[in-house]
Amino acid sequence: MLIKKAADTRSSEITPKSVYFNRRNFIAAAATAGSAAILGFKLRDIVTPSQTVSAGNKIEGIQKSPLSTNETVTPYKDVTHYNNYYEFGTSKDEPAELAKNFRTRPWKVKIDGLVEKKQELGVDEIIKMAPPEERIYRHRCVEGWSIVVPWVGFSLSELIKRVNPTSKANFVEFTTILDKSQMPGQQRDVLEWPYVEGLRMDEAMHPLALLCFGMYGEELPNQDGAPLRIVLPWKYGFKSAKAIVRIRFTEKQPMNTWNISAPREYGFYANVNPNVDHPRWSQAKERRLGEFLKRPTLMFNGYDQVASLYSGMDLKKNF
Amino acid sequence: MLRYFKPVIFLACLAPLGRLVWRGLHADLGPNPIETITHGTGDWTLIFLLVTLSVTPLRKLTRQYWIIGIRRMLGLFAFFYGFLHLMTYVWLDKFFDVHEMLADIYKRRFITAGMTALTLMLPLALTSTKWSIRKLGGKRWQTLHRLIYFSAAAGVIHYIWLVKADLRKPLEYAAILGVLVLYRIVSWISSRAVVVSKLEPSKT
Repeated sequence: MLIKKAADTRSSEITPKSVYFNRRNFIAAAATAGSAAILGFKLRDIVTPSQTVSAGNKIEGIQKSPLSTNETVTPYKDVTHYNNYYEFGTSKDEPAELAKNFRTRPWKVKIDGLVEKKQELGVDEIIKMAPPEERIYRHRCVEGWSIVVPWVGFSLSELIKRVNPTSKANFVEFTTILDKSQMPGQQRDVLEWPYVEGLRMDEAMHPLALLCFGMYGEELPNQDGAPLRIVLPWKYGFKSAKAIVRIRFTEKQPMNTWNISAPREYGFYANVNPNVDHPRWSQAKERRLGEFLKRPTLMFNGYDQVASLYSGMDLKKNF
Repeated sequence: MLRYFKPVIFLACLAPLGRLVWRGLHADLGPNPIETITHGTGDWTLIFLLVTLSVTPLRKLTRQYWIIGIRRMLGLFAFFYGFLHLMTYVWLDKFFDVHEMLADIYKRRFITAGMTALTLMLPLALTSTKWSIRKLGGKRWQTLHRLIYFSAAAGVIHYIWLVKADLRKPLEYAAILGVLVLYRIVSWISSRAVVVSKLEPSKT
């Protein structure tokens, strides 16, 4: 009965899980006798599986970075099958399946707002701006789990320096693509679409802030934010916008999607902070995927070098 | 009918647990197995609560009166899965840290609601025996067992308060519970109407 999922098994050979689970569905349906009729769709929800790994192309000439952690890297399969990417569904296993055919080329990124030269750049032009580096970062989700990912990219500052923001630019805003036809999650108003996020300029210029287009030595899989995303290891995951089509420089603090959705629960800064709880759950500990016991969450997710950015700020208020 | 069905249904009720165990043994619980177990047992608790509440309407609508004979078992399975759900929290989430759990129950309203739902199920499980019915008397027993409505409501609220943004799944549970409660209200009103119409002529 065990169906092995070896990497070399062609996807056509794998029994679709929907078929595999049918039998169990049937038993469960029997269990609930006639009542299952009312609840049938619920059962189906609970047994939704997905098992696709989109293989990326290898990125050449990746350099190591002193900013990397030497902690154990989370398996690729976990990082590609446990995604909060509401544009492709609100369950963590949905993006792997629903982002499979997402088109990431051609891809343009509009650079506008308070910059000297407003322009539209192809994503491949951006990728070539600086040599790719591997940055092995801890990544902490606001929900209380964490992973360690070998991202590939270069400091966001490399791009910002090249586009010359004006002296009035205090913030930078990132916008995710809005494409209902390709992103089924955007067909429901779970969040306000398109997804927007923002950073203060000094945060964006910090070397840790990564403009990312790969992971595990390959191009980003679609479900992890291809073709271009931000990675901010000292902030909760939702700050790291995916599939970016617009980078705008502003004078005033831009809005960010989760803050619009629930302002009491998600702030603009969203720095990882074990001392400031989410209103509904504690942030003191986290579960690293693959570990049984929870580990304590570290201030700024252990990236103390960003502390000076927030000196004098009340982080309980600016959560 | 019941004699043959009961063991089959009993085994079927164990299937969700069996499936979790199977997946666990085959390392197939996903990247976050503890979350999968927590959500799985939580879902099945709610499902069994709603299925238990469906027995009465179903038996009346289908005139298959024998199915009342499986209601207790279904209710006890709701409690069983609820207990497993609680244990995943106590053990796998809080690692028996009583202080932390008490703080949680006090501070986190979704935990408060969940604990309420489970606590309300406890007296029902304890008085599920024939002996208890006799001891309490049918009427009082029935009144006590109406707690299941509050337990189910607290369970659904627990779920609603837990999700970040996508309310669809908890609201599906809420809708089903709503229909089941509405059925009771309607049948209660209509049975009263029958009683009144029967009583009125005799008064004159």
